[in-house]
Amino acid sequence: MQLTHLQRLEAESIHVMREVMAEAERPVMLYSIGKDSSVMLHLALKAFHPSPPPFPLLHVDTGWKFREMIAFRDRRAKALGLNLIVHQNSEGLAKGIGPISHGSEVHTDVMKTQALKQALDAHRFDAAFGGARRDEEKSRAKERVFSFRNEHHRWDPKNQRPEMWRLYNGRVRPGESIRVFPLSNWTELDIWLYIRKESIPIVPLYFAAMRPVVEREGQLIMVDDDRLPLRPGEAPRQRRVRFRTLGCYPLTGAIESDAKDLDGIIREMLLARTSEREGRLIDHDATASMEKKKQEGYF
Amino acid sequence: MRETAAMPVPQAGSAAPTEMAPHLRQQTTHTVLRFLTCGSVDDGKSTLIGRLLYDAKLLFEDQLAALNADSKIHGTQAGDIDFALLVDGLAAEREQGITIDVAYRHFTTDRRKFMVADAPGHEQYTRNMATGASNCELAVILVDARKGVLTQTKRHSYIASLFGIRHFVLAVNKMDLVEYRQAVFTEIEAAYRSFAKQLGVLSITALPISALKGDNVTQVSAAMPWHQGPSLLRHLEEVEVREAADDGPFRLPVQWVNRPNPDFRGFSGTVASGTVRPGEEVVALPSGRTSQVRRIHTFDGDLPTAGPGQAVTLTLADEIDVSRGDVLCASTQPSPTSDQLEAHLLWMIDDDLIPGRQYRLKCATRTVNCVVTELKYAVNINTLEHRAAKKLELNGVGVANLALSERIAFEPFAQNPTLGGFILIDRRSNATAGVGVFDFSLHRADNLVWQTLTVDKDHRAAIKHQRPCVVWLTGLPGSGKSTIANLLESRLHNLHRHTYTLDGDNVRHGLTKDLGFTETDRVENVRRIGETAKLMVDAGLIVIVAFISPYRSDRRMVRRLLDEGEFIEAFVDTPLAVCEDRDPKGLYKKARAGEVPNFTGIDAEYQPPEQPELTLDTVAMSAEQCTQKVLEHLQAAGVLALT
Repeated sequence: MQLTHLQRLEAESIHVMREVMAEAERPVMLYSIGKDSSVMLHLALKAFHPSPPPFPLLHVDTGWKFREMIAFRDRRAKALGLNLIVHQNSEGLAKGIGPISHGSEVHTDVMKTQALKQALDAHRFDAAFGGARRDEEKSRAKERVFSFRNEHHRWDPKNQRPEMWRLYNGRVRPGESIRVFPLSNWTELDIWLYIRKESIPIVPLYFAAMRPVVEREGQLIMVDDDRLPLRPGEAPRQRRVRFRTLGCYPLTGAIESDAKDLDGIIREMLLARTSEREGRLIDHDATASMEKKKQEGYF
Repeated sequence: MRETAAMPVPQAGSAAPTEMAPHLRQQTTHTVLRFLTCGSVDDGKSTLIGRLLYDAKLLFEDQLAALNADSKIHGTQAGDIDFALLVDGLAAEREQGITIDVAYRHFTTDRRKFMVADAPGHEQYTRNMATGASNCELAVILVDARKGVLTQTKRHSYIASLFGIRHFVLAVNKMDLVEYRQAVFTEIEAAYRSFAKQLGVLSITALPISALKGDNVTQVSAAMPWHQGPSLLRHLEEVEVREAADDGPFRLPVQWVNRPNPDFRGFSGTVASGTVRPGEEVVALPSGRTSQVRRIHTFDGDLPTAGPGQAVTLTLADEIDVSRGDVLCASTQPSPTSDQLEAHLLWMIDDDLIPGRQYRLKCATRTVNCVVTELKYAVNINTLEHRAAKKLELNGVGVANLALSERIAFEPFAQNPTLGGFILIDRRSNATAGVGVFDFSLHRADNLVWQTLTVDKDHRAAIKHQRPCVVWLTGLPGSGKSTIANLLESRLHNLHRHTYTLDGDNVRHGLTKDLGFTETDRVENVRRIGETAKLMVDAGLIVIVAFISPYRSDRRMVRRLLDEGEFIEAFVDTPLAVCEDRDPKGLYKKARAGEVPNFTGIDAEYQPPEQPELTLDTVAMSAEQCTQKVLEHLQAAGVLALT
């Protein structure tokens, strides 16, 4: 009996989650509402069945997520009866930090990275699940499944703990923590195939629909609410688009697509000629930008 | 390949989500091969991976654009595409042009999915290479055709095989630079095979390639018609890499006890080897408790069977105490347990490994304390030569004896990687300090499954490798009982048997010092010694009693206190005249002078045994010969047998 690719990925992710549960004192699952988080949450339901996932979900809300994402988040948490912690950086909020007024770099740092650290510190979480995959980006390709962070949440890429077989070392001293990536070995295609196989609910923004967008620097930006100031001569146009990844709406580019269901998305994936993070403006800020952000505590 | 996959043009609204097109179905039924590439910087390892991805048209446009830009800044190919930049993901790696840590890349063909672990080749990053190797099933070892098998080739092959890789591809690269000559290739192949014999490698496939030009990478090369073989990619698509352990007996290390409510107690874990079905008997190790599997639970419903790699939750028929770290095994073939093991170690932190220092050892889901008791030798990872060593430094490999704080279920790594591989964790920093593989246990009796019954006489005796009994030496005063008792205990002690001697004279100083020599007191005296001997037998000891014990009824009483076969009556048969003649303590003389009343043999009766197990004639035999006779009897009676 040889497991298929997806069966093996599923079993390995469940193994990782159980290992964290058994060894960490205060684990938490970072829930970003996207497709990877949806898969991760589904795997958690499987890993601990018939128990519910024995940890809370944490959503770091930058205040600029698509409205559909927030609605989906609240619906899912309620339907599954999960403990959902929503954290916002109140200082940043008070200062009015946003992607439009301050640019993507400052916004991401204050409202995402700093906010995440605040939440992890406040709850003294010693292990945090994240949905990152190694196929997303070059520095992520180098990261361990159990990624050690010092008391300042910093990652030291040149001095990672060796990770042998499926023997994970989750031991930390007070203040230190482990970021755990159960989806490390999954690819974007695996995620979609698994969502289809398991009928996992996802935010409808992933499916093509007529949406109001403007075109900026070659990116299609959806006008999700009236906070997006329109530039002179700019007018939202209804176009059939969908999103490959979901983040803050002013920073997330849509693609034109007819993929209105999972088969359509998978077909598009198989024919795709660009990687999914192309739609993420923050990765293009500088070479090795993700590595730098990760060192500073970004997920 | 993704592009060449036969793919029907999607028609609007035609695909209902429940019917999967064949190419999608294929995507979900693929198996995966995880392979490692190793070689030094100049061997073209990263170039090979880049070439595989590029030729297989698996690079995205934005990745290709970024690669073109990077190649102009950091590239080593004079502005041409430098594939190495594709996999060296860390800033420091691109700046220094070296691979520091293992990187993972994915690609898919029509036949299989692949995960490539690109491992660093420098000796200082050996621990990162070990990380990559431990999660792969196959290693592609790159050799530069101009240089042949180098020390790093050997080092990479050794580390890869040490941590579990059994399938190797020897990719002789840069064949274009040696005019594609067959002789160069065959010479390197022969040298490598000769070296690899000592690694216990399962299979080696040698291929002549040029990663830069693309020969034999995805397409069979026209430049090397002398090579009858598949391209590298075709070989990777077709190679069989089943784990031998998969077919072994059932093993499931318990990760987590699942208790949603008082009625459900499940044991969650990943099957390490073998299969299990409801109704089958399992034993929890190291405790030794047994039960039957009741159900195999998953989120998607119960399973009729679970096999290697599956993450499941088992419930058992009985409420036995099982917790994280225990290993559930097929009760017919339990794994051994041990707390003293020999292992191969790779050291992975700057602080040296020094025997005597304590670490945490994690094997499967169990963590115990561990001390390296002896470093037997270090292995030169470049030459595989052994040398004496007092410590292991960063990236050093050695063979050591380990003492664990508790017995654990284990198996030699070659038999079962899950129960044979372990990490050592620094107790202060929590760093992963070392990795190791168990070779074998240093105990003899590891296959014993420890039952959880209350510890009884048999258990106590079993760990002493003996059957407890009482050797009851009876005879007249001065007959030689104490002499034989002392010799006998000394001989048994030398045989590592656990003994105790109760000598009449010594006992009278404590246990029976309130007793005199009247008949009543003599009976009580024997009773107390009999009861004491019985407690010692219960403790698992071989008890030697040297005691006149003149009355048959008293000796019979003691015989009845003990179990069948435990009372060995040895009559020290020395005639009164001889005893009186020897008179070692001058007591006969005093008794004859009337100074000692009730002296056995003079004015008190001695009743010789009627059917003693042994009669020791001290006139015909020396004390040593008598002792030998007792030993032979004990041997024959199974008292000394190993259990």
